[in-house]
Amino acid sequence: MRRSGLAVGLLLICAEVSAEFSGNVAVEAQLFSETARFDEQYDDNVTASFKPRWVGEWNQGDDLWSLELFLRADDKDGGREHADLREALWLHLSGDNEWRVGINTMFWGVIESKHLVDVINQIDQVEGIDGEEKLGQPMLHLKRYREWGVLDFLVLPAFRERTFQQKEGRLRPLLVVETDLVEYESSDEDRHVDYALRFSQTYGGLDLGLSWFKGTSRDPVLQVGLDDAGKPVLIPFYQQMTQVGVDAQLIYADWIWRLEAIRREANAGDYNAYTAGFEYTFFGILETATDLGLLLEYSYDGRDKDEADPLDDDVFLGARFAFNDEQSSEILAGFFIDAGNRGRSFRVEANRRFGASWKGTLELQTFSNIDADDPLAALAEDDYLLLEMAYYF
Amino acid sequence: MFRQNFLITILILAAPLAVPAQTPEEKGLEIAIAADAYDKGFTDFSANMIMTLKNKAGDTSTRYIRIRTLEVDGDGDKSLSIFDEPADVKGTKMLTYSHGLEPDDQWLYLPALKKVKRISSRNKSGPFMGSTFAYEDLGSQEVEKYTYKYLRNEACGEWECYVVERYPAYEFSGYTRQVAWIDTEGYRLVKAEFYDRKKSLLKTLTASDFKQYLGHYWRPGRMNMINHQTGKSTLLEWKDYQFKTGLAERDFRSQSLERVK
Repeated sequence: MRRSGLAVGLLLICAEVSAEFSGNVAVEAQLFSETARFDEQYDDNVTASFKPRWVGEWNQGDDLWSLELFLRADDKDGGREHADLREALWLHLSGDNEWRVGINTMFWGVIESKHLVDVINQIDQVEGIDGEEKLGQPMLHLKRYREWGVLDFLVLPAFRERTFQQKEGRLRPLLVVETDLVEYESSDEDRHVDYALRFSQTYGGLDLGLSWFKGTSRDPVLQVGLDDAGKPVLIPFYQQMTQVGVDAQLIYADWIWRLEAIRREANAGDYNAYTAGFEYTFFGILETATDLGLLLEYSYDGRDKDEADPLDDDVFLGARFAFNDEQSSEILAGFFIDAGNRGRSFRVEANRRFGASWKGTLELQTFSNIDADDPLAALAEDDYLLLEMAYYF
Repeated sequence: MFRQNFLITILILAAPLAVPAQTPEEKGLEIAIAADAYDKGFTDFSANMIMTLKNKAGDTSTRYIRIRTLEVDGDGDKSLSIFDEPADVKGTKMLTYSHGLEPDDQWLYLPALKKVKRISSRNKSGPFMGSTFAYEDLGSQEVEKYTYKYLRNEACGEWECYVVERYPAYEFSGYTRQVAWIDTEGYRLVKAEFYDRKKSLLKTLTASDFKQYLGHYWRPGRMNMINHQTGKSTLLEWKDYQFKTGLAERDFRSQSLERVK
């Protein structure tokens, strides 16, 4: 609630300043094919989101500011109803240096099916299980351009907790995650100051990134505990960690080869993880303008199965159709297959533009053959179809 | 170069049997080299582009794109396209390092994910934003991208034009040949015809409303591309051309695509 108040305040300030305004309003309907496991969960839902963005500049463009909000209203699902400042940033360009102060959302990495090196922002998990919607992160960020590469220095003075579905929500663990009982390894809790560095450079067809992060892990360990009423719940525990990562992407002819690998060190144990794969594109298939990209990615996580990420020994097979038409129509279909227990999840995302300002998205997600001890087991009955219509302005 | 040829022409006229004549291929290449040389030294430019797509039924849709280009000595240009409309792609950016015959380096910035993606530049014949312009029509035009054949001189509107055939020397072109009308004074590309892989006429480009910048460089205000086979057309209107704006290498790095504007 306090956050919403802040958002409204910022809205009022922005109304006074001339700026470029853009964004979207979207309505989404979600339908689950199976009855929920628990009585309190819903089988269908309609929600709305609003994502306004303001951008302005002064000093002949040497100084820029941006503000981006995300708001979701959800009648049935209190866990999904939330507001977040995705961006509230001052950017100062001075020669080969770029300074950023404020809240920002950024993306590191190249892999399509998983995001290993992307550790700056917390995941806004109630917005989707693919980890691509993220919460704004307060930061001081210096980017330096050099002939031999680009360096990013980040100081992250505050921590954001991951969002979780509450008891009425679908796509949640069997036990509810009780975020009020959150625990931290550091006594500074969510005020621990984290640091990160990144080097990136392009060598012809190769894009290379090296990264280092020291601070609070964005991935909580979910520990079983009791809430105030003595009911079993999951309690998120955020460890301290040091992570080094590499991401590389090599383009050669119709192939794009991709790799992300990390080593993560924490008191609970050190481990390595990587995802590697390729995308091969057939351009203009069947004498049409449609391009078809085939993706294959393999993910490995060195931890034991019960601690590991759901994609611990998994193959991702994907097909991307880009129709290159006036409506920018696209379809991405992907299979995740656990190489160990043969559990599968399947997802299709299709979208196109309608007229000048509307965009429709259809998303289908299924889980099948999931073992009871698989990290995805809780989602086994959460197959869904989602339709979103968004108006962009 | 040109004056020398003039002298050679006189010599040829004076002693037709003594000096071998310039072949149409040599003359075509010579015109392309002269046109390239004429356009050198612009350093950088920025411009706004309004793209209006029209289908057979006459329905239109519009795209707004801001273009920034940096001239690179000894290689193709670096170019950044920033999409403002349609609204759902607002903030999308495309960065291209052109390399003549070698494949271009190309990145796409997706604002919804704030992600920079490397993309393949091999779909040269693919439509740009659903328009009748292919990527190869809008790319940097290096001399070595084609082989040439001079056909004739003819009047083109108020000017005199060289009519030159160009054959793509790069891979994956959608064309077997192009016929270009280039004016003899300012090397303006006034008109071009594009022949598809089956050698039939696919598209015609006409450029107009030329303006001269920095007292030298000519740029068209309008470019209309008609696809004769689908009945679709696309009009490009170029506005707010500015040269030597102080753009630098760092404005054309994949890492700078995440700048907020």
